[in-house]
Amino acid sequence: MAASILRRSLLAPRCRAGDVAALHSGPSRRRAQAPGPIASGRKTVKSPAGERGVAPWVAVVGLEIHAQISSNSKLFSGSQVQFAAPPNSLVSFFDASLPGTLPALNRRCVEAAVMTGLALNCSINKKSLFDRKHYFYADLPAGYQITQQRLPVAVNGSLSYSLCVGGKKNQMVTRTVRIKQIQLEQDSGKSLHDDTRSQTLIDLNRAGVGLMEVVMEPDMSSGEEAAAAVRELQLILQTLGSSQAIMAEGQLRVDANVSVHHPGEALGVRTEVKNINSARFLARAIDYEIQRQIKELENGGTVINETRAFDYKLGCTIPMRDKEGKQDYRFMPEPNFPPLILYDTKSLPASTNHQQVVNIDWIRERLPDLPSVRRVKLVEQYGILPEHSFTLLNEDGLMEFFENVARQTQMSAKKVIGWILNDMLGYLKQHNLTVQESPVSSLFLADLLNLLERGTISSSAAKQVLEELWKGEGKTPLQIVKEKKLELIQDQQELEQICQAVMEEHQEEVMEIKKGNPKVLNKLIGLVQRTTRGRADPVLVKQILEKRLSQ
Amino acid sequence: MLRVSLREISAALKEGRVSPTELCQRCLSFIKATQFLNAYITIAEETALKQAEESEERYRGGQILGDLDGIPVAVKDNFSTAGIETTCASNMLKGYIPPYSATVVQKLLDQGAVLLGKTNLDEFAMGSGSTDGIFGPVRNPWSYSRQYREKSVQNSHTENEDANWLVTGGSSGGSAAAVSSFTCFAALGSDTGGSTRNPAAHCGVVGLKPTYGLISRHGLIPLVNSMDVPGILTRCVDDAAIVLGVLAGHDPKDSTTVQDPFKPFELTSFIDASKLCIGIPKEYHAPGLSSETLALWSKAADLFENAGAKVMEVSLPHTRYSIICYHVLCTAEVASNMARFDGLEYGHRSSMDKSTEVMYAATRREGFNDVVRGRILSGNYFLLKQNYETYFVKAQKVRRLIANDFVNVFRSGIDVLLTPTTLSDTVPYVEFIKEDNRTRSAQDDIFTQAANMAGLPAITVPTALSEKGLPIGLQFIGRAFQEQQLLTVAKWFEKQVKFPMIQLQEMMDHGHTICHHQKSAFFS
Repeated sequence: MAASILRRSLLAPRCRAGDVAALHSGPSRRRAQAPGPIASGRKTVKSPAGERGVAPWVAVVGLEIHAQISSNSKLFSGSQVQFAAPPNSLVSFFDASLPGTLPALNRRCVEAAVMTGLALNCSINKKSLFDRKHYFYADLPAGYQITQQRLPVAVNGSLSYSLCVGGKKNQMVTRTVRIKQIQLEQDSGKSLHDDTRSQTLIDLNRAGVGLMEVVMEPDMSSGEEAAAAVRELQLILQTLGSSQAIMAEGQLRVDANVSVHHPGEALGVRTEVKNINSARFLARAIDYEIQRQIKELENGGTVINETRAFDYKLGCTIPMRDKEGKQDYRFMPEPNFPPLILYDTKSLPASTNHQQVVNIDWIRERLPDLPSVRRVKLVEQYGILPEHSFTLLNEDGLMEFFENVARQTQMSAKKVIGWILNDMLGYLKQHNLTVQESPVSSLFLADLLNLLERGTISSSAAKQVLEELWKGEGKTPLQIVKEKKLELIQDQQELEQICQAVMEEHQEEVMEIKKGNPKVLNKLIGLVQRTTRGRADPVLVKQILEKRLSQ
Repeated sequence: MLRVSLREISAALKEGRVSPTELCQRCLSFIKATQFLNAYITIAEETALKQAEESEERYRGGQILGDLDGIPVAVKDNFSTAGIETTCASNMLKGYIPPYSATVVQKLLDQGAVLLGKTNLDEFAMGSGSTDGIFGPVRNPWSYSRQYREKSVQNSHTENEDANWLVTGGSSGGSAAAVSSFTCFAALGSDTGGSTRNPAAHCGVVGLKPTYGLISRHGLIPLVNSMDVPGILTRCVDDAAIVLGVLAGHDPKDSTTVQDPFKPFELTSFIDASKLCIGIPKEYHAPGLSSETLALWSKAADLFENAGAKVMEVSLPHTRYSIICYHVLCTAEVASNMARFDGLEYGHRSSMDKSTEVMYAATRREGFNDVVRGRILSGNYFLLKQNYETYFVKAQKVRRLIANDFVNVFRSGIDVLLTPTTLSDTVPYVEFIKEDNRTRSAQDDIFTQAANMAGLPAITVPTALSEKGLPIGLQFIGRAFQEQQLLTVAKWFEKQVKFPMIQLQEMMDHGHTICHHQKSAFFS
């Protein structure tokens, strides 16, 4: 499942910016994204009735994102964390809420949240608290979730993301969304409803897994922006290793708060679109909801404050059944924890056991390069275009692949990137493969490009070799070149003979050229190449032909 | 042999004067003989005998695990015990057999203690009489003591003398009755607002509530997480110190236990009273305090003063708000803690299963008694968004003030506070149930819950018999984590007051008649 989403993302047109945005090119998005007049710095959305000259609508989108922490064990228990394990095989007594069990905080989860907070420019609270949020649900065994309602671990951050704008989507802009807070909390179990037997089956494997809830302020105005922001967050989490953030495995779940209003007027009533668990549908779900609200308001209706779900099959949001009406979660401090105290190097007590404390500075010093920094470095180091750097990062493993090839070949990186993005990525997307699954290793591609660079083969021969390489038979590029006799014809005399033969066979074209139509020369060159199966040096062929034609 | 202290029986075991198996068998048969007290919910005869046998092996091999090896103990039925039913005296957990043991239980077992069984309590430890559990009330052994019988015969003309049996206090009444009636040498209780000290006082035994955070709560089925502490009930202060030494210390499974290592201590018999400063909090002259208890309290203060100690009246000005704040905080946590009992993972599940919600409601209706449901209801009320600030936050703030009262008093040089444990001696069951659980709890926890609010260690020491021939205990409250000082003072006091031993010959007769009666009923 996971891989299939990634593969699909490779199908996206090679947009210059956040490829996620490009993922969602569906009819609804195009409607929503139709460029409208700019109002108060926000992109306005042309309404269906926009032609009538009504003031344009502005959408306001905020996100709450649950990212599952990548850790060996759960947030408050020693149970293992693992996707798709047999039901209820990873459940400790605490996870099943056996009476008398107590939570014990997993330090790794705290570190992951601190790391994420630092990467999102948050201030880290040296003291944070845990709270209980109460509600009855079958997959919440304790009857409450332990979360951080009052004093979360990180607050007041920001996230910059880029996306393509303009009619042709060829202009890249960078936007920033404020991060309100990051809170640590427990995941719930899973309910599986068996309608035919009218039973609900509970799997508690996920119950108690650590989550980071990242709350983004409503600084976005379209599904595309939201999707780009989520994609950037996903890359950051994956870079940090704080979450694997694979949406298809539920490791990244998005709730969107959506409202629309006229610029200059008060914000509209918002709805919450819950559990958007697919990268593909993120932008579409939000844009649908924006359009729905606009239509509703323009038809004289009202938007009610409600929770809605996106139906993937119908492609629309529908109200969620909320039998209890408005929930009062009866928040209460979690009494089984003292406050969570974090230290920096300055405040770290001298006699502390380092196994038992979290040092913010220590984590800060060890933060890896974030995607934004990596992109800048790629552009600087290899002289590639900024949009290429986005594509390299957006595909898992592609940047590493590119760097490996670039390191092992004499070809300039600027030329290498073309082979990577056009030929390789093109092939992979055509065959629904991830970079890791590529039949051609970086070493073989580098060998191939070296053959080309040294003039051993022509570029069209190189493509033929690549075709062979995709078969993954283990032959080296040089072996293939030898077997197929694809080396450039170095022998001047041989080439002269071939050219002569082609000219003799195509007297008409020769006459054309002699009459003063030089464009036909290319046809002759092509014919020579066909005869040599691409083994002739095109420059040389051109010289020979020109020389002979002028004779 | 069963009437001696833990320390003495430990010596007897080491000297080979008695074997663990023999001791265990004697206790078990004594438990059966006193079954009418209803002190035990579960008697773990089989496992106890097996543990005793293992202990005997160790004694034979000269490889004993510690001072508790071979010593029969009992544990309140709200501590999880692996393989032994743990009910909390509630329909909700009837038949529930935990797959793990509470840390304190495990520590006892690791020391070689023999677990005789699980003791009775109020449902989920909510009560002050040990009268409100599904297995029925616990009877106070003093009901059958010669001391009480002699006095009540003079005063009462009831035909059926058994109708006047007394409550143990609660909620750890089963544990208090077990220690008091010599069926075990030490018992675990739990203490949230006085649940160990109250029944200990009424049953004439020592009841220790250690500092919050000194002993692990892991496996103790919670009432109020922020106040619960495992309690220790023994026949004397020295025994309490021994058990404390076994139980205390950091537990990675309970994040609220302190990390500082705990060093078990032995209590000295002599103290330099002139260096001691005893505080008498004036706010503990509460309405309802019996003149007898008040007089005893005064005498105790004099005792210290005559020994050369400095005795000072002190003020804990926020005391009068304590019980009401305790009520708010207690019910709020109860509402939260009880949310897990939904019939899905364990415990009672109603047969009404039209929908998950119907099943929840019916399960909780059937599983909890009125007291528990009442506390859940009020707790949820206090936690509602609109009430949270007014009730819960305010109660928390007052809790801080109450804790600060103690801090200030101890900072002013007071070593230990001396207070009554209860308003008076215990009362007959028929009297006790005239008031509802809530009213009773509010009255009976009046002197004890403040120590829980502040997290401080406190101990009740049986002091004297009342005119009715019933025990009265006095309470010492110490500084946080200063158990050694607190117990040293308590031990000195214990030595001075020479509390009389319960005389139970008549109880045995009573037990015999009951057994006989039951038998004949069976055969008739």
